[in-house]
Amino acid sequence: MDDFIAARSQMALSLGFHIIFSCIGMVMPFFMAVSHYKWLKTNDEVYKNLTKAWSKGVAIFFATGAVSGTMLSFELGLLWPKFMDHAGPIFGMPFSLEGTAFFIEAIALGFFLYGWNKLNKWFHWFTGMVVGVSGLASGILVVAANAWMNSPAGFDFVNGEYLNIDPIQAMFNKAWFSQALHMCLAAFTATGFAVAGVHALMILRDRNKEFHLKAFKIAAIFACIGALLQPLSGDISAKDVAKRQPAKLAAMEALYKTEKPAPLLIGGIVNEKDKTVKGAIKIPGALSFLAHGDFKAEVKGLDQIPENEHPPVAITHYAFQIMVGIGTLLLLISLVYFFNLIRKKPLLEKPWLLKLFVLAIPLGYIALEAGWVVTEVGRQPWIIYGIMRTKDAVTPMPGIAYSFYIFSAIYISLSIIVAFLLYRQIKMVPVLYNQPEKNH
Amino acid sequence: MKDVVITFLCMAILLYFLLGGADFGAGIIELFTSTKNRSKTRKTMYHAIGPVWEANHMWLIIAIVILFVGFPHIYTTMSVYLHIPLAIMLIGIIARGTAFVFRHYDAVKDDMQWFYNRIFRYSSFITALFLGIIAGSLISGHINTQATDFYSAYIAGWLNWFSVAVGFFTVALCGFLAAIYLIGETKEAHDKRRFIKKAEFMNVAAVVFGGMVFIAAQRDGIPLIDWVFKSNVGLSAIVLASLSLVLLWYLLIKGKTKVLRILAGFQVTMILLAISYAHFPNFIRLKSGDAISLLETAGPEKTIYSLGLALLLGSVLILPFLGYLFYKFQKKEE
Repeated sequence: MDDFIAARSQMALSLGFHIIFSCIGMVMPFFMAVSHYKWLKTNDEVYKNLTKAWSKGVAIFFATGAVSGTMLSFELGLLWPKFMDHAGPIFGMPFSLEGTAFFIEAIALGFFLYGWNKLNKWFHWFTGMVVGVSGLASGILVVAANAWMNSPAGFDFVNGEYLNIDPIQAMFNKAWFSQALHMCLAAFTATGFAVAGVHALMILRDRNKEFHLKAFKIAAIFACIGALLQPLSGDISAKDVAKRQPAKLAAMEALYKTEKPAPLLIGGIVNEKDKTVKGAIKIPGALSFLAHGDFKAEVKGLDQIPENEHPPVAITHYAFQIMVGIGTLLLLISLVYFFNLIRKKPLLEKPWLLKLFVLAIPLGYIALEAGWVVTEVGRQPWIIYGIMRTKDAVTPMPGIAYSFYIFSAIYISLSIIVAFLLYRQIKMVPVLYNQPEKNH
Repeated sequence: MKDVVITFLCMAILLYFLLGGADFGAGIIELFTSTKNRSKTRKTMYHAIGPVWEANHMWLIIAIVILFVGFPHIYTTMSVYLHIPLAIMLIGIIARGTAFVFRHYDAVKDDMQWFYNRIFRYSSFITALFLGIIAGSLISGHINTQATDFYSAYIAGWLNWFSVAVGFFTVALCGFLAAIYLIGETKEAHDKRRFIKKAEFMNVAAVVFGGMVFIAAQRDGIPLIDWVFKSNVGLSAIVLASLSLVLLWYLLIKGKTKVLRILAGFQVTMILLAISYAHFPNFIRLKSGDAISLLETAGPEKTIYSLGLALLLGSVLILPFLGYLFYKFQKKEE
């Protein structure tokens, strides 16, 4: 394997792994806090057990997210030293703030996990909230750093030198808001559907119905609100990308030729050699509207961008289709769920609706990963958009392929073990939480 | 502001050494504990470091973020020429960090525990060893940025007598810190004695490996003796460390746990000071004879300024909260 491809694969793998774990680690504390609040207000034992059960999940995911995040902070240098040499001082501001947020999260988690019966109950609840809020802040800050790579700001690039560096301006680059908003909603939607789905499965299997129904309701409401808001945030992102990164937008929609008005392609098979797309459904003018808010506007195609600045079109296009497709499906499930809520129909009489949620367990994360593929692959061949190429940033050390193999093995085994642990936690719910007096 | 940032960097490295080091040490102690006492050691350890577990490892993140934001040249030189030991250390960090949490949160306690324990112990040892090797390599002067072949560029920089000796010295120090910490965490007289024995064993090991560091330095042509004995600060630090060693053994026999902790931390701090003071602010010594200095390679002024502000702001938020965490979970013991 070529060293450059190996480095990119290793980075993609590490990010792909870290993203799932950190999303769960930043969203689940909020579910936990809601359940904890209900326990404090209603004294209903089930909510206390649910809070404890979820907090174990949070502990497992936080630990895995923390070590994979530590790994990433080194990996940026291990794989992309030339990038970090220049970028570190410019886009480092969000990272230094993120260090603080992450630290606070770790402290708060210590309080929360070990604080049962030891802290004032409302301080204890508050530390759980702090875990969630600082986790969310960490997420936003890291995404702001990534946004800088898409939308470099806060320096002047003169004759290959980075001058007049302003880290604050770099942090508040043009892409930070749209990316962070999209990511936060995605994290809530994906985690919400995954958690709700697992509990829905348990309800369908007739296990500890009361426990799982309460859990389901908390997770589902977060998931469905997220899924309803996500298209709006997606619209902001699309308009933003159209303005800043026309090559990425063109790759997302496999728009090889500049068109006015431009159609939206749904599906289709991309042939990168012939620069054609076969079998796609075309909606006339829709892309013009999505990108510029006007059905007749011109959308820049890849023909207006030099060939050596084209991102891989097929991967970006497919990933975008997967993301939007799943997003739409989750939106529909959410609408059905809300309709059901308004009509006050008891959920237990609707096994088909619960089955839909079970189906959705992995979907949110697939969409989330696909979205990151769109962002990252769509930015290629650049590591700093328009400034530095990815291949110029890679480490001079040969043999990165071996590193890639080793870390792949590690991440795959970790994923298997975490899945196994969760399976055991869920399987043990009847034993651990049925007899309140035996709680520990 | 540069001074503020450098102070935070030194503080983060020191705290990682003391707190993270004690965590590594806990795994190392477990490795050197007889099978019949292991589960007890494990319980005491979990009790002791569970609540502060994640927080202890944040110091590494703080240090690395300061490096890559404020001193990118140092960060990238390390990343390129110490790629292999860094990657091994990271594998260790991943393995022990997850194994520690997994073994506690596995809802079924069965044979899997055996597997988690194994991983935790060995990876604790390896992480501490390679952390030491990396630290040793930075000052060994073996890093060769002009090398043209793979071995001299990516291997010889860290695989040398001095770096490896520092690695084992670090392992012994971590074990020592953990043993001292654990003495105060158990109430049973039998366990206390066991941890005292461990602390003595690790202390002897540290002295032996410390001696080997000097021998290896001599062999590799590193002026360690000059650094330590020719500067007043180095000399006084080493004298203080030696004096405290005597006091420490006295307290160990008496079993005074609180003072012991402070003293052990003080001793390790003095050792770090003795080794690093002479070439401060140089952070990496190169084979060519040049050095990469913290002062000369600091990032642009605005970056350092905002980094300093972020760190000050962060410490206002973090330190009281962290202090309360340590306080709260200490207090309940009494």
